[in-house]
Amino acid sequence: MSQQYPALLVVVPLLSALIISGAGWVNKRLCFPIAVVALGVAAYSCIGLLLRVLNEGVIVYKLGGWDPPMGIAYYVDHLNGLVLSVVSVVAFLNLIASKKSIEQEFPDKMGPFYALYVLMVAGLLGIVVTGDAFNLYVLLEIAALTGYGLLAMGEERAPLATLNYLYMGTIGASFYLLGVGYLYIITGSLNMVDIAGILPSLYQSKAVLGAFIICMVGVWLKMAFFPLHAWLPNAYTYAPSAASSLIAPLVTKVMIYVMIRLMLTVFTPEFAFNIVAVSEPIVWLAVIAIVMGAILALAERNLKKMLAYIVIAEVGYMVGGAWLGNRAGMTGAILHIVNDALMTLCVFLVAGNIVYKAKGYAFDDLKGLVRKMPFTMGAFVIGALSIIGVPPTCGFFSKWYLISGAIQAGHYGFMVALLFSSLVSVVLFFRVIEICYYEPFGDHHGHDHHSEPMDEAPITMLVPLLIVAAGLILVGLYTSDIINHIIEFAIPKGLV
Amino acid sequence: MSDLMQMLVAKYNYWIYITLMMIGLYAMIAKNNLVKKIVGMSIFQTAIILFYVSIGAKKGATIPILEHGHGEHGHGAGTHIVHAVDYINPLPHVLMLTAIVVAVATLGVALALAIRVYNQYNTLEEDEILAQIREK
Amino acid sequence: METITSIKPLLAVLVSLLVTPMLVSSRAPNVREAWTFVAAAAKFLIILSMLPTILKGTEIVYTVAEFPPGAAIKFRVDAFGMLFALVSSSLWIITSAYSIGYMRGLKEHSQTRYFCYFAFALSATIGVAFSANLLTLYLFYEMLSLATYPLVTHHQDHEGRSSGRKYLLYIMGTSIAFVLPAMLISYDLAGTLEFGKQGFLAGTGSKALMGLLLVMLIFGFAKAAIMPFHSWLPAAMVAPTPVSALLHAVAVVKVGVFCVVRVLTGVFGIDLLGSLNFGPFIIFIASVTILVGSFIALSQDGLKRLLAFSTIAQLSYIVLGVGLLSPKGMTGGMAHIAMHAFGKITLFFCAGAIFVATGKKNISEMVGIGRRMPVTMAAFFIGSLSIIGMPPCGGFVSKWYLVLGSLEAHQMPILFVLLGSSLLNAAYFMPFVYRAFFCKPDEAMFENTVKEAPPFCVVPLVITAVISIILLFYPQPFFRLASMMVQSITGT
Repeated sequence: MSQQYPALLVVVPLLSALIISGAGWVNKRLCFPIAVVALGVAAYSCIGLLLRVLNEGVIVYKLGGWDPPMGIAYYVDHLNGLVLSVVSVVAFLNLIASKKSIEQEFPDKMGPFYALYVLMVAGLLGIVVTGDAFNLYVLLEIAALTGYGLLAMGEERAPLATLNYLYMGTIGASFYLLGVGYLYIITGSLNMVDIAGILPSLYQSKAVLGAFIICMVGVWLKMAFFPLHAWLPNAYTYAPSAASSLIAPLVTKVMIYVMIRLMLTVFTPEFAFNIVAVSEPIVWLAVIAIVMGAILALAERNLKKMLAYIVIAEVGYMVGGAWLGNRAGMTGAILHIVNDALMTLCVFLVAGNIVYKAKGYAFDDLKGLVRKMPFTMGAFVIGALSIIGVPPTCGFFSKWYLISGAIQAGHYGFMVALLFSSLVSVVLFFRVIEICYYEPFGDHHGHDHHSEPMDEAPITMLVPLLIVAAGLILVGLYTSDIINHIIEFAIPKGLV
Repeated sequence: MSDLMQMLVAKYNYWIYITLMMIGLYAMIAKNNLVKKIVGMSIFQTAIILFYVSIGAKKGATIPILEHGHGEHGHGAGTHIVHAVDYINPLPHVLMLTAIVVAVATLGVALALAIRVYNQYNTLEEDEILAQIREK
Repeated sequence: METITSIKPLLAVLVSLLVTPMLVSSRAPNVREAWTFVAAAAKFLIILSMLPTILKGTEIVYTVAEFPPGAAIKFRVDAFGMLFALVSSSLWIITSAYSIGYMRGLKEHSQTRYFCYFAFALSATIGVAFSANLLTLYLFYEMLSLATYPLVTHHQDHEGRSSGRKYLLYIMGTSIAFVLPAMLISYDLAGTLEFGKQGFLAGTGSKALMGLLLVMLIFGFAKAAIMPFHSWLPAAMVAPTPVSALLHAVAVVKVGVFCVVRVLTGVFGIDLLGSLNFGPFIIFIASVTILVGSFIALSQDGLKRLLAFSTIAQLSYIVLGVGLLSPKGMTGGMAHIAMHAFGKITLFFCAGAIFVATGKKNISEMVGIGRRMPVTMAAFFIGSLSIIGMPPCGGFVSKWYLVLGSLEAHQMPILFVLLGSSLLNAAYFMPFVYRAFFCKPDEAMFENTVKEAPPFCVVPLVITAVISIILLFYPQPFFRLASMMVQSITGT
């Protein structure tokens, strides 16, 4: 059974998407349990795979028994083993949390929603697990198309925002496809390992350089790297809460993974940092991304949009860290994929709970929530601390590596940008917490408040949120284990 | 001048796909109508499909179907040597079958979204929609 | 130096954290307060049980989680940390009693929240005291900032909100903008963050870089309230008085000073500072803060604001003492943590007791209050003597050592700073005490009867006042701990 994990984690969600859309016609209550089982199997396989990788090293799985480079092979190493586990766990937790909010937001569309949801997770897991450059494109589009569907289910402005996302997403994917085309012309192969074996002798070719840059631009478009970010805030803001809390933590992070995979495996760090020699401007772009993301977030008076801009800033963290060109920066970027997925999930789940109870996410809707929803707000504080980067939450530790990387690379601009964004995050989050905490104003000093009754979100929404919040601290405390046992092996020895 | 012409002619398939791509990109950026943007997007995708198809093609080659599959008659491979030069490369074409499916699906989703937008705002002109959003 | 491994430091940190579920879940206020006392007593006893080991010259270490090499989350109990932990944990017991009197006396809202965050803040304080490296120190420092935010903004009104903003901006802003990068740069230079007897930065960088790091670390720990990063402290005085008393006279501000002292002794090391000649710079900023703080205190009418500025000035005594880089000066500075704590908490308790009994906050309204509240005002007198540094109070001992230290370091101008500051202290405390006892009251309510605050308020402040006096005659174990620490640093 455990030999088939790589196939299971894509095939099970894929098939169950079909079953769910069928079951939706029969009885829409069946949809949720099927989705839970499917993603449960996927998450179990992913974690099983990660454990196997830790023991045995890289796992190669040939789909249908066809040998690479002709057939499609799935490769699982330390890097994507880690990302797979994160993606599947995040998707699973969010699925549990989504039950109530889906019942509230669109009870008649449960079948399509869960089918799309599971299909999207299949796409995302596939992107991470596949070792074939073209297969990656197909799965990229599966994830994207289902994502458009999920996002467009949202409120009034969602279709337009999604359409804009679709334009940009399609250009991004097409650019990636074009880059793969050039790689294919040069090497005659689509298998990543195969390409990596053929390329080094051709590194001086302009076509290789072109292919690399075109792929990168495509991936940056998909991950909303500044200045290609314009589609993101509206798309994430107007989406249904269950969809935005799936897509916001995962899609950008999976694209970061693709970027790192291209840099480390398909090409070599040596090529990416020394031959292409654009690290410096890219890190400066990341600096601008971080600063602009933070400033634009500051201008928002609306929780979800503010969080969306923070996602843009966080993308800058990871791109910058990966392009610093040293081991510490790359470690920070990979660690931040894990941490950022968890903390983005945490704050978006909070937003989901708030939307569920308060029926809004503008700052004015948040008044007095600390009394009404103490557990949700507690989780929000932990998520906020992690984004700010306060120990012992995990956000601090990835920031630690990113800043160390910046210092080692002598790139003080990036260090300042990271600190600036931390400072702005303090303002951002404490402004929200202040509103939740103070208003309505207690004008009668010296007397007991007539306390409003507690009105928490339902238990199925609360438990996943609290698990994630606890996870933020646990991951923080186990950072050294994650780095020593997983990330150390994910980065090629050559990168110092 | 003749060098330039030579380059254009020798690699005309690249120039055509790049031209098409730019037309598509232009439409997506400059057009105000949402459906025109979708058309631009489709042209953009088609350009890339064209690029792939063209790289598989060869002059004087035929479709890659072997008339006498080897091992069929037990004669051994010696009698039917397959010259790869005689056949066009099938792989890019096969890949594009998938890409076309993806492109069609994208187009479908895009048009569906455009319909929803139209139902909401009664227009597909982006500036008019934005004006309506701002009024609210 | 002998070390033993024991889980006690971790227990001492966690005990007040573990009690918070009890505090939240207990319905009756009396049960809740009982739990607070249990936690406070347990914490004090755990710390006390480590004292004999420390006095023998042994250190206690405990590693919670390894992070990158040299930067684990790790506890190490040494003499200086012990001194600070003893002061804050013993005062927590007294403050808890006082809190009951104050909060119930004023019928404050959200008392459960108040007691929870108080316990949380104490966890962080002890964590800072026992930190073995800069990373752990930073962790608990930030935890303390967050734990005290709800306490500062307890009243949840406009004033609380703006003070809360100022508080967070100064405290978290400086720690993220200065301490975090300085910590990472140090780590990059030295490959470790572990506090050493002679620091860990010696010989790792140029003088300019060291100077930059020093400035970032001294001002980054803004809880030390060194000017110009001091103005959060007066703003934080909107908090309920027990918070101001324990946190803003003892725990929070002393954590800041503690961090600065740790940075000077454990990160840079006395020898490095001496060889780079940074001593005069530290002395200069400390002296400026002492004098300017005292001058501003002169002009304050709000009693708590006056005490806040007095605290700002007194905190810099500690920095000054260590900045002298002479054994006696350092001993005086470290001992001043304890001496000032008992004196200043008495004063804050008095201010709170006055507010509970009469509702007055301003000095100008307190003329003749000694007739109504003689016990409180007597304690106030003792506390102010301790701050001024006059016998028969503990403050005299530490100030005396500071004077000796400045002679030892041949820094004559410092004598004038110390003298001038004492005069200023006297100038803002004594007229108030005089008018309280000997002037005819303006307000009718001060006539006739003696009417003190509730016993839960009065008893704690009497205890701290008495301890202030005892500390002159028997300044142990605090003095012993301070001199042990200095011995281990200087090796003499």
